[in-house]
Amino acid sequence: MEPAACLAVPDAQRIRLDVTGAVQGVGFRPFVYRLAVDEGLAGYVRNTAAGVTLEVEGPDSAIERFLARLRREVRPPALIEGLSRKSLEPTGRQGFTISSSSSDAAPSAHILPDLAMCEDCRAEVFDPADRRYRYPFTTCMHCGPRYSIIETAPYDRARTAMRHFAMCPACQAEYDDPASRRFHAETNACPDCGPQLALHAVDGTLLAKSDDALQGGIEALREGRIVALKGLGGFQLLVDARNEEAVARLRERKHRPAKPFAVMVGSSAEAEAIAHLSPLERDTLESAAAPIVLLQARKDAVRPLAPNVAPGNPNIGLLLLITPLHGLLMDALGFPIVATSGNRSGEPIAADDDEAFARLADIADFFLTHDRPILHPVDDSVLRVIAGQPTVLRCARGLAPLVLPDPKQTQPLVALGGHMKSALALGRSGQIVLGPHIGDLAHSETREAFARSVTTMRSLYAVEPAAVACDAHPDYHTSRVADGMGHPVSRVPHHLAHVLAVMTEHALTGPVLGVAWDGTGCGEDGTLWGGEFLTVDGTAHRRVAHLLPFRLPGGEAAIREPRRTAVGVLHALHGDALWDRGHTPLAAFSAEERGMLRAMSERGLNAPLTSSAGRLFDAVASLLNLCQRASFDGEAAMAVEFAAQAARTVHALPRPVIVPEGDVMAIDWRPMVSALADAAFAGVEAADLAAGFHHWLAETIVALARHEGISQVVLSGGCFQNALLTELAMTRLQEAGFRVYRAIRVPPNDGGLAVGQAAWAARLLDKVTG
Amino acid sequence: LAHGSGGLLTHRLIEEVFRPAFAQSPEDFTHDGALIDVPGAQIAFTTDSYVVRPLVFPGGDIGSLAVNGTVNDLAMCGARPLWLSAGFVIEEGFPVEDLRRIVGSMRDAAQAAGVRLVTGDTKVVERGHGDGLYINTSGIGAVVALQPISPRQVQPDDVVIVSGDLGRHGMAVMAARENLGFEPPIVSDCAPVAAPVLRLLEEGVNLHCLRDLTRGGLATALIEIVESAGVGMELEASAIPVSAPVRGACEILGIDPLYVANEGRFAAIVPEGDAGHALSILGEFDGAATVIGSVRSGGTTGSVALKTMGGSYALDRIAGEQLPRIC
Ligand SMILES: [Fe+3]
Ligand SMILES: [Mg+2]
Ligand SMILES: [Zn+2]
Ligand SMILES: [Zn+2]
Repeated sequence: MEPAACLAVPDAQRIRLDVTGAVQGVGFRPFVYRLAVDEGLAGYVRNTAAGVTLEVEGPDSAIERFLARLRREVRPPALIEGLSRKSLEPTGRQGFTISSSSSDAAPSAHILPDLAMCEDCRAEVFDPADRRYRYPFTTCMHCGPRYSIIETAPYDRARTAMRHFAMCPACQAEYDDPASRRFHAETNACPDCGPQLALHAVDGTLLAKSDDALQGGIEALREGRIVALKGLGGFQLLVDARNEEAVARLRERKHRPAKPFAVMVGSSAEAEAIAHLSPLERDTLESAAAPIVLLQARKDAVRPLAPNVAPGNPNIGLLLLITPLHGLLMDALGFPIVATSGNRSGEPIAADDDEAFARLADIADFFLTHDRPILHPVDDSVLRVIAGQPTVLRCARGLAPLVLPDPKQTQPLVALGGHMKSALALGRSGQIVLGPHIGDLAHSETREAFARSVTTMRSLYAVEPAAVACDAHPDYHTSRVADGMGHPVSRVPHHLAHVLAVMTEHALTGPVLGVAWDGTGCGEDGTLWGGEFLTVDGTAHRRVAHLLPFRLPGGEAAIREPRRTAVGVLHALHGDALWDRGHTPLAAFSAEERGMLRAMSERGLNAPLTSSAGRLFDAVASLLNLCQRASFDGEAAMAVEFAAQAARTVHALPRPVIVPEGDVMAIDWRPMVSALADAAFAGVEAADLAAGFHHWLAETIVALARHEGISQVVLSGGCFQNALLTELAMTRLQEAGFRVYRAIRVPPNDGGLAVGQAAWAARLLDKVTG
Repeated sequence: LAHGSGGLLTHRLIEEVFRPAFAQSPEDFTHDGALIDVPGAQIAFTTDSYVVRPLVFPGGDIGSLAVNGTVNDLAMCGARPLWLSAGFVIEEGFPVEDLRRIVGSMRDAAQAAGVRLVTGDTKVVERGHGDGLYINTSGIGAVVALQPISPRQVQPDDVVIVSGDLGRHGMAVMAARENLGFEPPIVSDCAPVAAPVLRLLEEGVNLHCLRDLTRGGLATALIEIVESAGVGMELEASAIPVSAPVRGACEILGIDPLYVANEGRFAAIVPEGDAGHALSILGEFDGAATVIGSVRSGGTTGSVALKTMGGSYALDRIAGEQLPRIC
């Protein structure tokens, strides 16, 4: 119903808009202000806990123009998701104001991820005439910390770590000036009023402050020392990436023998000197998240890195400048530096000064820190371009919290995710919010960080859960946490959660055929699954096919030693006759070990059965002698992928054999492995066999898809971090007429499990109540 | 039911089935045995059933195990073991010769531990129903400890001592059962530990808590303690004594020695100031006795952290078989 006043004064209207989406901390209010002033409208705009509310009053035509421009001219990272409009009685008041926030209602506004330094700020930092010349904490409306410094929503300076810094008159003037890039920029600061650098020795002694501290850090890095730098989301360990001896020292102190390090470079041009860069990869590197991007290293690198940065790895993870502090460092150094998380492998990133001094004292030579607290640690994000899309492998700084719409979310819930790659998700009124990657919950520190992450996310999003979702594995730490929360617990089967994560990302309700391929997750029958085909439709789900199970002699020991898994696979192939054959993996064991392995495989002694595709990769890595022992997660599977990518020809392997087992199909890989092992023994190139294996896997997926005949196919699980497998499977499925969906914004690995758990738990709740 | 391995499932059975039915106070069923006040004295009373396969293994048999297990449970209550009962469930057709040998080994074990077998019972069950032989023993001891010995006494900064090297019993039994043929064979640590415990008490060592490291091994025992004590614990991985053969066998089999059963090992939690004294006494009985960690004041309560070169790992109760968690 339109108020009568509108008819009486046809050219004066007043409307109210409630805007939701990424509209806080992104210059949205100044943007609205400029538009309104431009169109000669009166009114106000303010942040609310739910987003932004604004009222504009003026001629009808001006309001319509304002609305059109609002949608058209809004620029990322700002994003309008919902816009509800209401007509009001004109008030006749003049002028347009930005009013301070209200903190009513449940916060549902986007909490923005941290944003890397923008071009404008970078220009100022390197301009000797600018008052922010060489100031490492220069930010504006378009860049700087967000999630990592917020105390409570809505996002306002008084509710962030910036409240410790009172703005000087010059900064305040910018903050109040609608024409300024820093108009209402909550992180606004300058050398006179903002955070300051400090350089400390390992024992905590203060060595220098401000620019002297920066110079000291630069000197240390030039000399090949290891510097712990307090970055945007936490401490990073930096060292000269050209200096083999220095990199070796970092590896030794971090107890990280072989896992590749990420390398920071000053620009895309410098990145290009190290790795091949497609336009899409360049855009990904330069995006506001400033993630680590996995790239193909140049063999003919103009600026070669030390070989131990990413030993034996054809890929290299590169990242660009995150903050002006990184910009100043890199500008002075002029060479690439290793930039790895400030932790020991698997532990959470250190963010607090005291914590860093304690935990990194054995690793770093110097600490370059500052007095702006990091309230919520966030590690670097990791992406890889797969099948023409930047695919998130680790959702953290710059990307988390990640908000996904899910209409099934009606009751607040917490989903606790996986075990090794932990990240939790919240379900709340129409959304799932994925929190940042935390780390491996085998570690006690990671468990503490995970508990803090639960508290942080719950309070930021004001979620008082009515239910908790976790994995079905009884021994995941998160299963215990779930039991201790005092709410009904929904134990979501691992591979179902993998499929649901992708369905949520693409808003699919089903029916889908989910191809859930990963390492090892607890299956619905209590055995280890990982090579699964599941159909999902609404709340109905069924395992329709799986890889033929084989044994993992030694359980987790087999996952660390692919040669054991190869024995499990060969035992499934040859039975006891295996021990008389001359397979490569057998040669990797002593006579005593062979005897023990024999007993284990024959009797199933600490040799659990698995149907895992990831573990089949491990076995193939061993059979092709690419990796007998893995020093980090995924090393063996990566070795097989890399070999395949270098193949000159594809060695064809016997087609997949699909055997009905009751109402489930078993995929018999034995003819394939047998041929692969024989060919390897006969001297066929490992690379060509690795390629043949990839083709076999893709063919298996297509065969099953044809058999099930469901038009939508979902690829999910850690195996689809493998670009070659993903691209082969997608191409072939699409050629066969299937629509293929996979994890792109949500990690395909266990880092995305929480999304699927939240989605599934909500579907079940919805079924019960609706 | 798959509730055998002393881990999470057994814990749940106790918490969800037995404790609700029998416990009259929250203290009941929190320990290996019950302390009972009788006129003029306090006694400890405990019972245990033994179902080991095979019945004979390097270093012992079901008979010596049935005596030592119950003797050790009494010792863990700070009691001098005095009297045992023995109940035998024998499968029809079980060779009398074997039974005679096992009973002989019970007599020897009782003699060595200074206890008397004073009463018993025998039942024969149908062929195929008894798995050879089961033995139940109950024991009564006189409490010597002047102060309570329980997880509740555990204080921050207390130190954790183990009485000897770990994992031999479980590995010896597994090797015998699965015919693994380790060379040289691993011999069980099955033995009474009453003597060292009584010496500790006699010499006035302040024992806050004692726990035998049987099913579920060191890890499960310590997790139970920190959970009921509401403290955290930090262990130094390199300090935990595991013999080279056990370590090697565990490595090949992919088994964590901290979860392997022992039958002659216990953990003592004592104030920091008493640690040296306790160690010098325990050292007379077993050279491998050593301090392996301490009780933490800060951090997460109810958790045991294992410090290694590669970082600090949290130990968990494991549900049944160890199912890999690496995805
Ligand atoms: Fe998984
Ligand atoms: Mg007992
Ligand atoms: Zn900026
Ligand atoms: Zn200022």
